[in-house]
Amino acid sequence: MYGGGYIFEEPNNRQVREEKVHDEPEKLAAFEDRIARGEKIEPGDWMPAEYRRQLIRLIEQHAHSEIIGALPEGTWITRAPGFKRKLALIAKVQDEIGHGQLLYNAAETLGKTREAMINDLLSGKSKYSNVFNYPAKTWADVTVIGFLIDAAAIVNQVANSKGSYGPYCRALERICYEESFHLKQGHDAFIELATGTPAQREMLQDALNRWWKPIMHFFGPPDKTSQHSEKLMQWKVKMASNDDMRNQFLDMYVPKIWELGLTLPDPLLRKNAETGRWEYSDPDWDEFFRVINGGGPCNEERLQVRKWAEEHGRWVRKALMKPTEKHTLPVA
Amino acid sequence: MLNNAITDLLTKMADDELIMGHRNSEWTGLGPVMEEDIAFSSMAQDKIGHSWALYRIIEENLGGSQADIFAFCRPENEYKCCHLVEYPNAGYDFSLMRHFLFDQAEAVRYESMLESSFEPLQQLSRKVKGELKYHTLHANAWVMQLSKAGEESYDRMQTALNEIIALAAGIFEPGKANEQVLIDAKVYPGEKELYSRWLDRIYPVLVKASLNLPPLESITPAYGGRTGQHTPYLAPLLKEMGEVFNLDTAANW
Repeated sequence: MYGGGYIFEEPNNRQVREEKVHDEPEKLAAFEDRIARGEKIEPGDWMPAEYRRQLIRLIEQHAHSEIIGALPEGTWITRAPGFKRKLALIAKVQDEIGHGQLLYNAAETLGKTREAMINDLLSGKSKYSNVFNYPAKTWADVTVIGFLIDAAAIVNQVANSKGSYGPYCRALERICYEESFHLKQGHDAFIELATGTPAQREMLQDALNRWWKPIMHFFGPPDKTSQHSEKLMQWKVKMASNDDMRNQFLDMYVPKIWELGLTLPDPLLRKNAETGRWEYSDPDWDEFFRVINGGGPCNEERLQVRKWAEEHGRWVRKALMKPTEKHTLPVA
Repeated sequence: MLNNAITDLLTKMADDELIMGHRNSEWTGLGPVMEEDIAFSSMAQDKIGHSWALYRIIEENLGGSQADIFAFCRPENEYKCCHLVEYPNAGYDFSLMRHFLFDQAEAVRYESMLESSFEPLQQLSRKVKGELKYHTLHANAWVMQLSKAGEESYDRMQTALNEIIALAAGIFEPGKANEQVLIDAKVYPGEKELYSRWLDRIYPVLVKASLNLPPLESITPAYGGRTGQHTPYLAPLLKEMGEVFNLDTAANW
């Protein structure tokens, strides 16, 4: 059955399947042994309720990030300069929606329907990546997103693809493969501006300055403040710490940005030769929490667009749910 | 004389596909189901890809301007697209019915050019035919499914058909003197013939979907696009499309 989401059977009231966890220590031990041996957990396997809950939360947020993430770039499809960029951008954004579809399918194997997930997105109950609550103001923003946000997403997704839940890992393998092409097109468009006319370079520097803070926020709060990590890492739901992923990203991409003669708006940003770790100014975590709780420049707009799509498409989904009995084949 | 006529033909075909592709691409992220987002994005890429191929034939074989410049920088009255493709997407019902009528027209047009005397067009038609097969398959399946899925859905399909049919007939606006040159030179069979083949193609699908084709003698086809007279929707679309490229047309983007 198709489903773009939204309330035909009040799916939010359906219960997600719950395992009895407290009184099954033997099953839990066997489960944890399997994970420690590097085995994948599959949909029919026994799993603790908390594992299921955390995975749904993780995969669902990832899926939402794909379809909401399509919006800031999607608004530039109609304005992309020239055939090459236009075709690449449509293909890229189309892939992102496809990733959303794959991820919703993966999450559905854990017992929550696509409709329920989208309802939770629209009600604000379920989150998506904070970075998409910022506006893409110019074409240069599209190149910064296509290069650096995609690069950051790859760091995160490659780590997660080695996790313990089979369907999520398999979806991520395909996603990472496609994302590596996105990164190439983003990098290519970024370089074109960086090596272009003075106006193009200025446009790019401006976009970089505006996006740097959201990029620093991308991997989440510092490890010292992050909650509930230990169990999730043991269960291989979370595969790398926020700070480690951030450090890996900075290591890979800051030199590439500096090589192009561009600057980053943080005077303290440097790699400590002794520790091998990057040092940077506090990227204003208060803003991060303010934005994630709805106070960002585009939170409302992003959800309004999704609501428009859900409301205007409702008659189509309703029609698909009640086709007449007579089945017809395409004639061409 | 013949080359001018061919340039005219290719320009109107390319402009139709560019603007239709633009409209299709506007569905990205907004479709009624995710699968339709993906379908419209995919068709948008094909349409825009076809237009690019046609503009490159004009550039490489007929002494035209560079394809990006030609596509993104002309004044509005030099575009030769039909009115059908210019209209905003409105709802999914309008977009779907337009997609059905437009892609069936594309299919008969490209099929008619499989034996064209103009070699580059013949080659392109072979490639495009395979892609259009999926576009028409998609359109037919959805038109039939939605027409058979209850009253509201059926009414929407019928209303969309009533609204769009005159616009769709405008695809086949006669090309005057140039058209006869093309027919005589066996480049393609002409608009009147394509119109008749198109009706033969859409009619059985509409019958199966229980949709009523409005009496054709009662409609006034929306002509004017082929001579550069457009709806008020085209100018803002072109402005948007060229917004970045026109910041500096000499720069690489």
